[in-house]
Amino acid sequence: MKVVLLGATKGMGRALGRLLIEQKHELFLLGRDAGDVARSARDFEVRGSRALYSVGSATCDLAQPATFDAALDAAEKALGKVDAVIVTGGLFATQDKLEADPVFAAQLLHVNFTGTILFCEAARKRLLAAGGGTLCVFSSVAGERGRKPVIIYGAAKAGLSRYLEGLDHKFSAQGLTVVSVKPGFVKTSMTAGLPAPPFAGDPDKVAKLVLTAIEKKKPVAYVPRPWSLIMFIIRLLPRAVMRKLNF
Amino acid sequence: MRRPREERLSGWGRVPTVSAHQILSEDLASITTDVPLSRGLGRSYGDASLPAQGDPRVAGSILADRILSFDPDSGILRAEAGLSLREIVRLFLVRGFFTPVSPGTQFVTLGGMVAADIHGKGHHRDGCFGQHVTSLRVRVADGRIIDCSPTKERDLFRATIGGMGLTGHILEVAVRLKRIPSPWIYFESVRVPDIDAYIAALKESSSTWPQTVGFIDCTKRGRHLGRGILIKGRWADPKEAPPFPPPLKRERNVPFDLPSGLINRLSIRAFNALTYWKHYAPVRKGIIHPESYFYPLDQVLNWNRAYGRRGLTQYQCLLPNEAGPDVARRFLQLMQAHHAASPVCVIKDHGPQGIGLLSFPRPGISIAVDFAVNDRTQALIDALNEFVIREGGRVYLAKDAFTRAAHFRAMEPRLAEWEAIRRRWDPERKFRSRQSVRVLGDDPAPGTSRVPDEVHDASSSGLSPAPRSRTA
Repeated sequence: MKVVLLGATKGMGRALGRLLIEQKHELFLLGRDAGDVARSARDFEVRGSRALYSVGSATCDLAQPATFDAALDAAEKALGKVDAVIVTGGLFATQDKLEADPVFAAQLLHVNFTGTILFCEAARKRLLAAGGGTLCVFSSVAGERGRKPVIIYGAAKAGLSRYLEGLDHKFSAQGLTVVSVKPGFVKTSMTAGLPAPPFAGDPDKVAKLVLTAIEKKKPVAYVPRPWSLIMFIIRLLPRAVMRKLNF
Repeated sequence: MRRPREERLSGWGRVPTVSAHQILSEDLASITTDVPLSRGLGRSYGDASLPAQGDPRVAGSILADRILSFDPDSGILRAEAGLSLREIVRLFLVRGFFTPVSPGTQFVTLGGMVAADIHGKGHHRDGCFGQHVTSLRVRVADGRIIDCSPTKERDLFRATIGGMGLTGHILEVAVRLKRIPSPWIYFESVRVPDIDAYIAALKESSSTWPQTVGFIDCTKRGRHLGRGILIKGRWADPKEAPPFPPPLKRERNVPFDLPSGLINRLSIRAFNALTYWKHYAPVRKGIIHPESYFYPLDQVLNWNRAYGRRGLTQYQCLLPNEAGPDVARRFLQLMQAHHAASPVCVIKDHGPQGIGLLSFPRPGISIAVDFAVNDRTQALIDALNEFVIREGGRVYLAKDAFTRAAHFRAMEPRLAEWEAIRRRWDPERKFRSRQSVRVLGDDPAPGTSRVPDEVHDASSSGLSPAPRSRTA
């Protein structure tokens, strides 16, 4: 598989990239910081055991939609036909921080919602023009229900989830496979310092589940798996309970 | 990077356990500015990876685990300091490379291996890890990031290797991996009837075998004092090794704390006897999985929980050749006089001292014992330390949780030279740990009331002994 990965420098994106390269998939990395994304490309090259295997990279900032086309051009030039585009990048902050800092809240909403959707638009047009492919995007369980600790972050992810759902409805017949990944709490730098709930996931295990979801063309993947059941219950809870609950 | 939350941190022995803010980020350089200590996987046993009392912050390196380059011709691997040995083994064993020096667990980071200047079963031949390090990138006290190597900023390099993180934050490490003929180990193990025979056999086999290690029964008295198993090993020749690479090992886990009293003198005696008699044949030999050979304890995750909430301490001391061949016997007798028993007692042979200024090994033997911590532990460690000082030996800081400053100073004639270099790079002693407060007398909360001992002079050769006006 020839894969464009946006967000490979950190957390789940890094773990997924390492898994893909060790399973002999070809990668092209996109990221905000040219030096950092090139550093991750070198890491993947050494981990990919193929001799003289090179992993290309280019800058792409989800906050700046003007960078998307040049980045995807670079990826297509390096890989030839692209089979999959994976987006794991995004911003995160606690509800407290977002309430206290409206400037950062605006930036987060812009990156996680507007920027991500516009990137997906650019990517899905190219995938469809080439006859189809996979668009795998990391949304979140935070978008499943309005919950006290993730109101603003969750709102952007809820919007993203709906967008991905619609994309699947409209384009699956034309060969576009949309995989909407909904991670629960996963222990990464993004969640470092937050109290980890039971069923907290590990990025390497999440990476395996996501790759399986891509291979099996699952439209929605809750990772780790228990979060599927947890969110099923959360969705059923009446408003009165949600008002009491701090989850 | 995120605002850190108060959490309980400890070393592998779980004594002491302290409140700390561990800051975690993939970008180690961004979280190390003005932070007094780094921490990797927390496998040092005592308080080396714990923040000093005055500032609860530690920069966690484990997410900074990218490989920066690998050159198969020279074997040089360059990586961020948080890369674990487990990853190195997983990625490079099948390509015919292995760490030049391996400790007894894979759950350590590159940065930790440098900071403790770890050694392994092959010390008599391969030396310490630091001797295979070709360069380091370190964030020093004034905030600069310095590249150092055996030829560039040599003082900083030598003080950082084995320096327990007290010269700066290790950000990147370049080390020469060792080419191996096959990914399997050939071993021979022999049952040895007592401690003197064990030491003689250890010294003798070290001249012909690249790796030697052994376990002895420290609970037996009299004629069988120190009976044990000596294991000799080398990388297998491709002709004698299986044609397939070693499969990944599956670990078991200790899911929760076992009761604190479970490891007691009775169970330790039984365990030691079992270890000895499990090796029923006088000699065993064959091909073995490298993970079973190098990391037998890793196959039980969280084995430290077997010691319960009170935790354990490992005591590892080096007893030099000058102390005579019977020094191990006298050490065991002293332990027994204090009613101390250890389920595992490892005795290794050591060759010349390495490049690290505070590096633990030197020619002689080292003895490592695990003690369940109780009210008598401090007195026991004091007594063992007094013995070690009399014999001209020293203790391993990566294991230590109880050694007193006066004892450490008496063991370390090299300390003055190391402290002079530290003073040149970090005159205010910004880098400190719970351990450096304990064994080096560092101020637990500098900048609040005290001023540095002396005005820093950048041109000084740094060879004069450190003045000791501080009291902790």
